[in-house]
Amino acid sequence: MGGWLLPRLAGLYGTRGWLALGLFGAAMLVLVPVLHLAVPAGSALHVSGYTVALVGKIMCYAMVALAMDLIWGYAGILSLGHGVFFALGGYAMGMYLMRMIGTEGQSQSTLPDFMVFLDWKELPWYWAGTDMLWYALLLVVLVPGLLAFVFGWFAFRSRIKGVYFSIITQAMTFAFMLLFFRNETGFGGNNGFTDFKRIAGFALADPYTRAGLFALTAAVLMLALLACRFIVTSKLGRVLMAIRDGESRLMFCGYNPLGYKLFAWTFSAVLCGIAGALYVPQVGIINPSEMSPGNSIEIAIWAAVGGRGTLIGPLLGAAIVNGAKSWFTVAVPEYWLYFLGLLFIGVTLFMPAGVVGLMRQVKARLK
Amino acid sequence: MNIAVPAGQSESWDESTGLARLVHPGEVDVSHGPILYIEDISVSFDGFKALNKLSLTIEAGELRCIIGPNGAGKTTMMDVITGKTRADAGTAFFGQTMDLARMNEPEIAHAGIGRKFQKPSVFESHSVFENIELAMKTDKGIWRSLFARLSAEQRDRIAATLELIGLADKADMPAGLLSHGQKQWLEIGMLLAQEPKLLLLDEPVAGMTDQETERTAELLNSLAGKHSIVVVEHDMDFVNAIARKVTVLHEGSVLAEGPMEQVQNDERVIEVYLGR
Repeated sequence: MGGWLLPRLAGLYGTRGWLALGLFGAAMLVLVPVLHLAVPAGSALHVSGYTVALVGKIMCYAMVALAMDLIWGYAGILSLGHGVFFALGGYAMGMYLMRMIGTEGQSQSTLPDFMVFLDWKELPWYWAGTDMLWYALLLVVLVPGLLAFVFGWFAFRSRIKGVYFSIITQAMTFAFMLLFFRNETGFGGNNGFTDFKRIAGFALADPYTRAGLFALTAAVLMLALLACRFIVTSKLGRVLMAIRDGESRLMFCGYNPLGYKLFAWTFSAVLCGIAGALYVPQVGIINPSEMSPGNSIEIAIWAAVGGRGTLIGPLLGAAIVNGAKSWFTVAVPEYWLYFLGLLFIGVTLFMPAGVVGLMRQVKARLK
Repeated sequence: MNIAVPAGQSESWDESTGLARLVHPGEVDVSHGPILYIEDISVSFDGFKALNKLSLTIEAGELRCIIGPNGAGKTTMMDVITGKTRADAGTAFFGQTMDLARMNEPEIAHAGIGRKFQKPSVFESHSVFENIELAMKTDKGIWRSLFARLSAEQRDRIAATLELIGLADKADMPAGLLSHGQKQWLEIGMLLAQEPKLLLLDEPVAGMTDQETERTAELLNSLAGKHSIVVVEHDMDFVNAIARKVTVLHEGSVLAEGPMEQVQNDERVIEVYLGR
């Protein structure tokens, strides 16, 4: 196996692709952290904490868009509930961060504040072990993965497809949002988790910790991109595309689509969970609004804007839409939703292949 | 002599007597010659007899044409063979041992009956090469697919199939850009890549130009002998070009069977076709 794996990995991208990835890595892993930490705040080259937090957040969103592209762009399965996997990963990490507050919370109790306010005397059973980082990280992967697996198993086995599948994923995330809004569920109700203090012993307010989380997010994002690229360039990827283009024809070729769909769906959910876990310590809050149906629809818009079935497109889409969002919500907050709606309609009508498709068109015309 | 075969034993009790031969589950047994036996098959839809005691035998390696006017039961017969439609009465066997009435569609496909439908269906965004690769007989599990690599032997096989269907120079082209006729050939190639024992082709030259029809006839002629093929077709010129033996269906049963020349001069066939 080792003999062919290396050339296979090297062949994931061409020279220019690897060069771009290398430049991105150098910028995010070295340049930005150095400019943030070592250059004094007054200098023109200084990267502010605000920028680091914003870009870090967008990279988490980009990972979700990537996961969306795998399942929608390649397998043709539109999920309008991917926000739930992102939020569950975030909550799993949030549980650990809540435990790490220790007795420094307002109530000075070892229990999280919201439990003290509910007059709970001890942690619910499902909080057991969440003070260990490795266990929390395990939950980050297992909880969204298991939910996706079970949900996908029943949906795909019943051959639920197209818009019906999209609707039930939407219903799923809505149901989870309502569940997490309840105080009795044990996840802080509508306030969720916040006021985190430290992660793995490092203070979250420390610029070094923030720069480290930023670099970690960039590294994980690049790994996720390569993993997705490995999948879509394998025969499995070609089978996924065949499911998208002609599922019944594929069955006549002797394939059972169930396992393939389930694999892509579960892998996609796990990626979302990891993105959520990286998001929470950087943003400092997780609450049930992350599971709102609107959030999940926005994820689909990122992928559509960037260009479905290209992997790199949805990354750009997430960056463009969220970049615009952070500018709009500061400059003209009341117009943001109109802009988002217009963007989606415009992309659907005039750029069906998204930004990447547009770039390809321009390139073809210049030739 | 009373021979009892113990339950659950798939092979017969005593080879040395020569009374029985080994039965290999899942393998087509064509040792007696025919690959497909159809006997007294009847199918009716709401009282309309689509098939009426149809009996037909296809020899291994044979290229057989089935013709007949509209409503003669040609497509229904294909449906019964592939498990899409259940027969009301009669038996259908694949080889000596496989009772098609007891198998479902994927099982029948897996056993080695490949069917091409009238409308060409290829994966349009995949390249011609990838279409054949997807269809190729191989382990179709998930992990195998994730780490799958084509062996030199598999590459050769795909190349040989592309050569056979005349699309070798279009291997890297998206299948969606092929002409109608080329898509039909690609689909025949995909069927061949699945290595079926028996190929059922439903109107393979429908919508083709004369030149494409000619090429298809050549292709099927070159396959005859190596594969068992059943072709249902309306185009008489095409049938003339490929037929060794022709079966004429009429009102759900066999009207005439034999070499093309003989069938064409058959009084009853002329009557059915020309309405005399």
